[in-house]
Amino acid sequence: MGNLIPFWYIIIAVLWTGFFILEGFDFGVGMLHAVIGTDEAGRRAAINTIGPLWDGNEVWLIVAGAAMFAAFPGWYATMFSAYNLALVLLLASLIVRGVAFEYRGKRDAARWRRTWDVLLTAGSLLAPLLIGVALAGLLHGLPINSAQNFTGSFWDLLQPYALFTGITLVLICLLHGATFLCLKTTGDMRERSWRVARRVAPFTGAAVIGFIIWTHVTASSAFFLNVIELLAILAVIAAVWLVYDHREGFAFAATTVTIAACIISIFVDLYPNVMVSSTSKADNLTVHNTASGGYSLKVMTVVVIILLPVVLAYQTWTYYVFRRRVSRQEFQPPASSVPDGVPPKPVTNPEVGPTTTSGH
Amino acid sequence: MTNVDLARVEFAFVSINHFFFVPITIGLAFLTALLQTAWVRSKRDEYLRLTRFFGTLLVINVAIGVVTGIVQEFQFGMNWGQYSRLVGNIFGAPLAMEGLAAFFLESTFLGLWLFGWDRLPRRIHLLTIWAVSFGSALSAAFILAANSWMQHPVGYVMVNGKPQLNDIWAVFTNPVFVWGYAKVLFASLVTGAVVMLAVSAWQLRHGGEREVFTRSARLALIILVPAILFTMLVGDELGVIEARYQPMKIAAAEAQWTTCQPCSFSLFQIGGGNDDQTPTQIIEIPHLLSLLATNHWNGQVVGLNPLQSQYTKQFGPGYYVPNVFIQYWAMRAMAYLGVLVLLISVWGLWLIRRKKLATSRVFLWVAVWGAVLPFLMNTAGWFLTESGRQPWIVQGIMLTKNGISPTVSTTTLWISLIAFILLYGTLGTVDLILMLRYSREQLPPPRTETDADAPVPAVLY
Repeated sequence: MGNLIPFWYIIIAVLWTGFFILEGFDFGVGMLHAVIGTDEAGRRAAINTIGPLWDGNEVWLIVAGAAMFAAFPGWYATMFSAYNLALVLLLASLIVRGVAFEYRGKRDAARWRRTWDVLLTAGSLLAPLLIGVALAGLLHGLPINSAQNFTGSFWDLLQPYALFTGITLVLICLLHGATFLCLKTTGDMRERSWRVARRVAPFTGAAVIGFIIWTHVTASSAFFLNVIELLAILAVIAAVWLVYDHREGFAFAATTVTIAACIISIFVDLYPNVMVSSTSKADNLTVHNTASGGYSLKVMTVVVIILLPVVLAYQTWTYYVFRRRVSRQEFQPPASSVPDGVPPKPVTNPEVGPTTTSGH
Repeated sequence: MTNVDLARVEFAFVSINHFFFVPITIGLAFLTALLQTAWVRSKRDEYLRLTRFFGTLLVINVAIGVVTGIVQEFQFGMNWGQYSRLVGNIFGAPLAMEGLAAFFLESTFLGLWLFGWDRLPRRIHLLTIWAVSFGSALSAAFILAANSWMQHPVGYVMVNGKPQLNDIWAVFTNPVFVWGYAKVLFASLVTGAVVMLAVSAWQLRHGGEREVFTRSARLALIILVPAILFTMLVGDELGVIEARYQPMKIAAAEAQWTTCQPCSFSLFQIGGGNDDQTPTQIIEIPHLLSLLATNHWNGQVVGLNPLQSQYTKQFGPGYYVPNVFIQYWAMRAMAYLGVLVLLISVWGLWLIRRKKLATSRVFLWVAVWGAVLPFLMNTAGWFLTESGRQPWIVQGIMLTKNGISPTVSTTTLWISLIAFILLYGTLGTVDLILMLRYSREQLPPPRTETDADAPVPAVLY
């Protein structure tokens, strides 16, 4: 029974990591879509690289939150109450961003689309920033009393370390999104994605190294970095190098490892605490003083062991179905004059061969 | 307003808004899946055109349903911290299962459905819309199981004054859940079918393709008649079950202060409320309340006053009567609106028999405006259920006023409430504008004979 508590801590770390690996590039694409796509067709192409995927990716966040609720109700209650206003902002960002995907093409008017483009960009930037601030707060410490209640205000969340973590996550998502776009676009868009990736990479590299060191100093008294922290630094260096070396597949793999290692290091350095109290060490929330009863954890364990592999299987299949690159030509001339955005016949794409269509 | 009031208003506001989009998603996803199945089986072009047409309306609503759903999950922790802390080990479990089993399914397969038209074999692609439909219906099951536990807690033991889950099976066989879930499913079908009927009616009135939209109107009506009947029958049984576990809820719905046997049901009343125990009740139907609350002709309904003194003995001093005014009128609004929907649907069915559905302009006008009815009906139903549980957040275990986050300030609550009102107000307006616009679009053009086997283009952003 006791083993299920660390097991669930790992599951929650896995869910957050999965969320950032997948939604990380969605955030990046959201921030960059108007940079990579210089005209309407280009912007649509950029958005459509994640079109079929972003919604399923975002569910990782919902499940991470629900898993915290079920497995560590005390953690969920304290964290979500403490972050109340920050979460309102986060929800607003996620909402306008999610709606922007569906609605921006639903009216053929330049101002309508521009509005949604701005909201998509802003939402995609604010969301990782706020989540970064939130995760960092767990580790850095917040005023929490002996009844496990947060006693500070919104401004207590905005510590330098938390803000730096937020900015670091935004920069990783930017690079992750840029390398994703290199993999998923063609022609001049692909070129622009490379340029953006090269421009962002040094900043991401510096930020990740700074973040890892700062995290290490905050959480640990050991001199040497632990394996995961080391991995994050190596991965980001590799990512920068691979971006400059123009190796798109490997570059994307490296940004994936970077984002995963950064999130995992937060969770590794946090354990066995789940929220550090800056008021008194005795008031720290830990996996043990916030966990659910043994029976609940057992039930949830059975459910997650059965369902998570199934989810991974069909999400992988989705990525396989939509593996093709998206080109700007598919969206020219603007299909908005046709209801429902019916595109012209698929265009043969010189770089990846004829598009496969299996219609029967 | 106190912090408890603010937190309640906020939760009610985001939930009611969320539940505008949930039933239409569940209902329209099912109907769209039916249309696409008809197309795959019959290969008739009009079914494809209808699938695409109503699929667009579905997607407009799913978008908001999904994002407002995240707010729901966060609300418990944000404003109801003590509640979450106390019951998370029970209430959180179905929520996590919902995410794993239903949200992933619904969201991933929605992407596959929209973008997969030209990538997937036809039958596999058909399965993706059924997965969306199944996922949306499944998610309602888990959240209803969680909500039913608040109405009638089962499957737990008290350990040091805290409820601990000890039987998950009991949570999913809770009679309040089984009947409540059935009711939500049927009400969702009603909502989807009424919307499909309204859109078809508008099209028929305004020169849309007569043959095609008559087909969708007929499909909507064929689903609607049994769906509304079952909504009412299941609702009746749910009333009996709630009368057993939450007698206050049902007594308040009739403003029944004293015990009665047999009990009559009043169509209207003047006055009433928690301070007025002698309202003027108009047109009383003998025995009807006995039937509704107990399934027996001469069943007994315990009044609010005896219940109040019983609860005071059991739980200590306090006021345990829910808001009687809300209960009385929510119950009637729900029932009367349901009857209206039933009448419209039977009228429509009769017109189908007479082959006059497409030409009866009066019926078509009524059917268009009928679109608002299920939304009001659903909202009234939730008022009845949730307000009727008060003053409890979990019946018999925790009072609502003890469930909030103790250190979230009044200012914070005001800011978040206003933020959600502004955000949802804007989104609701945009959704409505888009729904109206796309309901009035022409059907996608028919495909030529030679195109019939060609891939259908995907829906792209």
